[in-house]
Amino acid sequence: MEAVINEIKKPENLVYGKTKVLTDNVMHYCPGCSHGVVHKVLSEIIEEMDIQDQTIGVAPVGCSVLIYNYIDIDWQEAAHGRAPALATAMKRLRPDRYIFTYQGDGDLAAIGTAETIHACNRGENIVIIFINNGIYGMTGGQMAPTTIEGMKSSTCPFGREPVHDGNPLKMTELLAQLPGTAYVTRQSVHTAGAVRKTKKAIRKAFEKQKENKGTSVVEVVSTCNSGWKMTPVEANKWMEENMFPFYPLGDIKDV
Amino acid sequence: MSELRLMKGNEAIAEAAIRCGADGYFGYPITPQSEVMETLMALKPWETTGMVVLQAESEVASINMLYGGAGCGKRVMTSSSSPGISLMQEGLSYMAGAELPCLVVNVVRGGPGLGTIQPAQSDYFQAVKGGGHGDYKLIVLAPSSVQEMADFVELAFDLAFKYRNPAMILSDGMIGQMMEKVELKPQKKRWTNEDIDEMHPWATTGKKKDRERNIITSVELDSEKHEEANKRIQAKYKELQEKEVRYEAIDTDDAEYLLMAYGSSARISLAAKEILRAKGLKVGLLRPITLFPFPVKQLQNLTGQLKGILSVEMSSGQMVEDIRLAVEGKVRVEHFGRYGGVVHSPEEVANALEQKLTGGK
Amino acid sequence: MKEEIIIAGFGGQGVLSMGKILAYSGVMQNMEVSWMPSYGPEMRGGTANVTVVLSDHRISSPILHTFDTAIILNQQSLDKFEPKVKPGGVLLYDSNGITRHPERDDINIYRIDATEEAARMKSTKTMNMIVLGGYLKIKPIVEMENVLKGLKKSLPERHHHLLPMNEKAIQRGKEIVLEVSLVT
Repeated sequence: MEAVINEIKKPENLVYGKTKVLTDNVMHYCPGCSHGVVHKVLSEIIEEMDIQDQTIGVAPVGCSVLIYNYIDIDWQEAAHGRAPALATAMKRLRPDRYIFTYQGDGDLAAIGTAETIHACNRGENIVIIFINNGIYGMTGGQMAPTTIEGMKSSTCPFGREPVHDGNPLKMTELLAQLPGTAYVTRQSVHTAGAVRKTKKAIRKAFEKQKENKGTSVVEVVSTCNSGWKMTPVEANKWMEENMFPFYPLGDIKDV
Repeated sequence: MSELRLMKGNEAIAEAAIRCGADGYFGYPITPQSEVMETLMALKPWETTGMVVLQAESEVASINMLYGGAGCGKRVMTSSSSPGISLMQEGLSYMAGAELPCLVVNVVRGGPGLGTIQPAQSDYFQAVKGGGHGDYKLIVLAPSSVQEMADFVELAFDLAFKYRNPAMILSDGMIGQMMEKVELKPQKKRWTNEDIDEMHPWATTGKKKDRERNIITSVELDSEKHEEANKRIQAKYKELQEKEVRYEAIDTDDAEYLLMAYGSSARISLAAKEILRAKGLKVGLLRPITLFPFPVKQLQNLTGQLKGILSVEMSSGQMVEDIRLAVEGKVRVEHFGRYGGVVHSPEEVANALEQKLTGGK
Repeated sequence: MKEEIIIAGFGGQGVLSMGKILAYSGVMQNMEVSWMPSYGPEMRGGTANVTVVLSDHRISSPILHTFDTAIILNQQSLDKFEPKVKPGGVLLYDSNGITRHPERDDINIYRIDATEEAARMKSTKTMNMIVLGGYLKIKPIVEMENVLKGLKKSLPERHHHLLPMNEKAIQRGKEIVLEVSLVT
């Protein structure tokens, strides 16, 4: 049987092979969610760089709280927002390891703002992967710090209104200002081309860590179609039309 | 080589941390304990033992740095005073839930709120009853001298790793700020990364090919499984209660009256005991060194001979509740304390025992 | 032997360091010692005081309400601590800036014009060592050899060139301390 499979998987047949760093556990994410794609990209990079035994991830509180079920490396699960504090100590105590955090917008840009800014400002030699879907997915679609103006959520049911609800926070632009950040970029995973760019960006972030350059931040503007109450296709379209003008894609800083 | 020095309790914590081979200190300044980090920064252990010392942006960050460091199997610590320790409660709960060892030093000051920077013992409940959310406890050691401040650093690390649970040194502004003679132990080697792989197979050190991935977490969404996780933690507390009680008993053999006090109050109560003995009253002193586990059996063994117990605390009465639980109504238990930053005098304590227990004779 | 001492004055007069040197001298003489400062906002230019206990036995309370000896360097401290000297105890004070002199007749009172003397010696910073010398003349509880060891241990190494000047100040203090009134 294995011989047959190997025959089929010959490179010239262009058969897709799942990276072994990704486990076979069935993901709990909603259909259309961006998390699964970012998990896959991240796992592929870990395999390609051959650093599975040298990488320790920090999981957030949010939908990706169970990321450690899907990526086969050592993990620590942080309290809400505190991942950059964990990563700070982990990297300082194990400078021979690759340390990254994987955080959502509520985690990174609301409750964990202080930890994020100070880790970046100190230039901790870590990678921060920031999934920004403008909503609290796990708790059922409440307003996030990154919810854009006019966007509806269960705690701004008539659309975010800055005078009442405050303004959306462009955390990534803010972090790019800090002397400690080496590489700050904003990407997405809604098309095959975008996925390739995101993979390139995360790879670059890990390479920066290898070179001791400081903090790298990769924001991935993402969809939450169940929280947004749209089909996956509608969500992608809505993201392109509404999120991208406010959160433009591309590198913001590359030192 | 061990070394005899005159130093503050706070300085002793720092020296002892380096010498016992601690891997990291993460903290935020607050009176009356800032000398801990100041001493570490002046000694620059990163150039000698390789110990990491970092001033964090807050106590919230400090305790979560401990989480990350402990998760890697490292011996990490922080120190703070009451308001800062309140901010750490979230992290401590997570660490207890994730079964991570660490050392937190609380140099207590009077509260509530910003309170005062003067010494107090009003954080007893917070220290011994958990402090944060969920069913958990800290291992709590109460030094009553600068020497014990130094000695308990290594002891706390040892207990924390043995039971995979956060440990706390519950001190106060008096012990932190006072200087006494201290014998410092010789420098020990820090654990190597290979030592950690061997001793702490649970640590996240990078997934080796021959093992499953290690996951440090406190979350378990399946309630049945989570109850099992809680039971595992509770079993450790039972074992701690059986095996790790530490206390000092002074003149308790013939005692009819017992002063119970820990830390600074035990120093003052010792002087009070001398005053009362000079008056002919048979008074002893029982000083719990571990506040959790509390010396329950040791206290119960004395109840038959006692006419009364006076709990002496720099609080409005916290440990007194544990004493009452332990003696199960068999002995009269009273409390005396000054608080809000006031330290009681030996004479006040002696008077209180006479007034409250002997009918003022 | 047990000696319970309060040293009190303004911040900056070297109150805490005098106490530390005295305590370290005790350590060098293999005694039990405790040094308990007032701390906090008081440190910043206001009054400062430190309680030092030297004893042959384990020290119980490091915070005290009465003292065998009070070493006083300003008026506020004199007002506060004169009543707290045990009957038969010692009060040593620097008269500089003192408008109301000690009045008790059940304690032994000594005066030392250390501020003036330090100015004369052109080393105002050794004022506290002159006072310490005065105290050691009255109560030679620690041997001079151990005082010098304690002094060396208390000073950071970069200040070790100041040791001879400090030793000189201690000696000078022994010479100039004056009995004011003695009870037996």
